[in-house]
Amino acid sequence: MASFFDYFRSRKPNSASVAKERLQIIVAHERSQRQQPDYLPALQKELLEVIKKYVQVAQDDISIQIDNTDNCSVLELNITLPEK
Amino acid sequence: MAKIIVVTSGKGGVGKTTSSAAIGTGLALRGHKTVVIDFDVGLRNLDLIMNCERRVVYDFINVVNNEATLNQALIKDKRVETLYILPASQTRDKDALTREGVEKVLIELAETFEYIVCDSPAGIEKGALMALYFADEAVVVTNPEVSSVRDSDRIIGILHSKSRRAETGQEPIKEHLLLTRYDPERVELGEMLGVKDVQDILAIPLLGVIPESEAVLKCSNQGIPVILESQSDAGQAYEDAVSRLLGDERPMRFLTAPKKGFFKRMFGG
Repeated sequence: MASFFDYFRSRKPNSASVAKERLQIIVAHERSQRQQPDYLPALQKELLEVIKKYVQVAQDDISIQIDNTDNCSVLELNITLPEK
Repeated sequence: MAKIIVVTSGKGGVGKTTSSAAIGTGLALRGHKTVVIDFDVGLRNLDLIMNCERRVVYDFINVVNNEATLNQALIKDKRVETLYILPASQTRDKDALTREGVEKVLIELAETFEYIVCDSPAGIEKGALMALYFADEAVVVTNPEVSSVRDSDRIIGILHSKSRRAETGQEPIKEHLLLTRYDPERVELGEMLGVKDVQDILAIPLLGVIPESEAVLKCSNQGIPVILESQSDAGQAYEDAVSRLLGDERPMRFLTAPKKGFFKRMFGG
């Protein structure tokens, strides 16, 4: 129960709702990563090795993810090529 | 058929051992033959919480390694007739636990016990994985605080993917949320996540809410499972949780702050 004097204190958004919002975002993100198959990091590493033979890319320039929809899975590979 | 219940959390210090001791004692008080196993190899503490630290001769790892029989290692509780404790080793490390070894001990315990409560260590390493692997039900102990909720979500993910039930495609582990150290007053002030907030995020059924209580420290000081302190709020909240675990319906208590008098309301405090 807020006391009488609380009315004169500054009103910030309460910290519990900030906590809830932050948790919802991080937990959703971590759950989506968790559902990815174990081999994904290894696959990413090997693909990077192959691509490196032909173009100069760094670890951060390649991202890989699997999206599962109802009846098909899409393996998405994103490579940022260096500018010429 | 014995039921294996793991008490887990990911994060340390949220009340796993306190809850294991309370739940194990509560089940035994209702006449169920119950054993509480400490899986925290190297950092055992269940013995202290249950006041049998001076009676430990053999431990869980001795039984796994066939250095002692189960009957030599089990400690019979002095207060509750049907309650036993299987202490962890204090000198070994977590690698001493093998899946085969743990399974062997659990199978032998299942012959005579109705409930096997596994007190998990913190973290997501071997000890914690061994504690949850064979579970039928899981009590996920969570504080209304960001790091605890996040770690609980992580542990729930592990229950879904790395338990025996998950690996063999059986019916999944029955999960229960136990919210501990709950302070209704701070929730009302918007300073602490409420029951509903935590439930919205973790999305598993609520087993109980244990209020922040002086009784918990007072009891652990003396090696008394807090559920035996039947006058205390925390003791009663655990009592309710054990009833729900056994399938009874009990209304949630201790979710609102005690009403304050006129002066306290006017001047705070």
